[in-house]
Amino acid sequence: MWKNWALAVCAGWFAITAVANEVGHIKVAKGTATIQRGAEKIAAAPGMKVFAADVLTTGASSAVGVTFLDNSLISTGPNSVFAIDQYTFDSTTHVGKFDGNLRKGTLAAVSGKMVKQLPESMRIRTPSSIMGVRGTEFVVKVDEAPVGP
Amino acid sequence: MKNIMNVVGCTCAAVLLMACAQTHPPLGEELVVVLPGHDGTIGGVVVRRNNSEQVLDKAFAGSRIGSQGTQEAMSLSAEAVNKIFSDTVAALPGRPATFLLYFLEGKDELTTASNAELANVLDEIKRRPAPDLLVTGHADNVGSDVVNDKLSLARAERMRELLTMRGINVDRIQVAGRGKRELLIVTREGVAEERNRRVEINVR
Repeated sequence: MWKNWALAVCAGWFAITAVANEVGHIKVAKGTATIQRGAEKIAAAPGMKVFAADVLTTGASSAVGVTFLDNSLISTGPNSVFAIDQYTFDSTTHVGKFDGNLRKGTLAAVSGKMVKQLPESMRIRTPSSIMGVRGTEFVVKVDEAPVGP
Repeated sequence: MKNIMNVVGCTCAAVLLMACAQTHPPLGEELVVVLPGHDGTIGGVVVRRNNSEQVLDKAFAGSRIGSQGTQEAMSLSAEAVNKIFSDTVAALPGRPATFLLYFLEGKDELTTASNAELANVLDEIKRRPAPDLLVTGHADNVGSDVVNDKLSLARAERMRELLTMRGINVDRIQVAGRGKRELLIVTREGVAEERNRRVEINVR
């Protein structure tokens, strides 16, 4: 009986560690910057790990900056919501895939090693578009949809 | 007669436009601008929307998408970009710093010059608020991929050891072996080149 229980615990531990590898670190956090991870809401602070599926949210007069494993950089300004939809990076081959989603607010981005290896392996989505990154620094702004008839 | 046709024409166009707007809920305006890279290079961004594709490959080239769905290519002045994005850009993390270090031929110890460079690496780590490192070993074009992948990873792991001996937290160091995938000096296969047998440290 206890053997099954122990096996379940081990399987659970492996499952958690399998998805527990970080994709980057918070390097800058000003004002109210939050990481939404599943049901958890965590106040962002420099040094914290960032994982795929994390959603970064900032309040008024706030900002957050992240460095990813392939040396790409992302920052958002105030009142922004940025989701890390997907991130993979092989540090041997430099093959990777980075899908980010700016739902609202402002974003600045600098591409890294995966884009050098293969242009457009980093993509940023907005409500209206999908942007393939060929290697560069760029900024994006997404206004909230107008409310009303 | 002409005037009536114009009025009817304009009315029809207006109705059609309104009908089109009805079928898609209005989105907020969007703006994307390419900035000059720190090293002067500009790869660019390809903006894809529905059936259209816009390539932005010059500094300050931009694309604005209006709430009605219109896409407009334009360019912004540095001042205009600053006005909108200064807080956002200011929050970008510091660019990773890159250092190249070399081991003594066939040994586990660094060259004299690289020992001095290691001190620079440690200074850079101290300068950063929440530092982490990527240590990548490389090989030259002598030997197979399998051998060189193993060898270059071993170089990175030895470098990690040297860093932890100097007090850097092992959890903050990521290691990788790139084998001969990224020759600094491109040579024919089988040509030994010590400048390729390097370890690159990124402090970020």
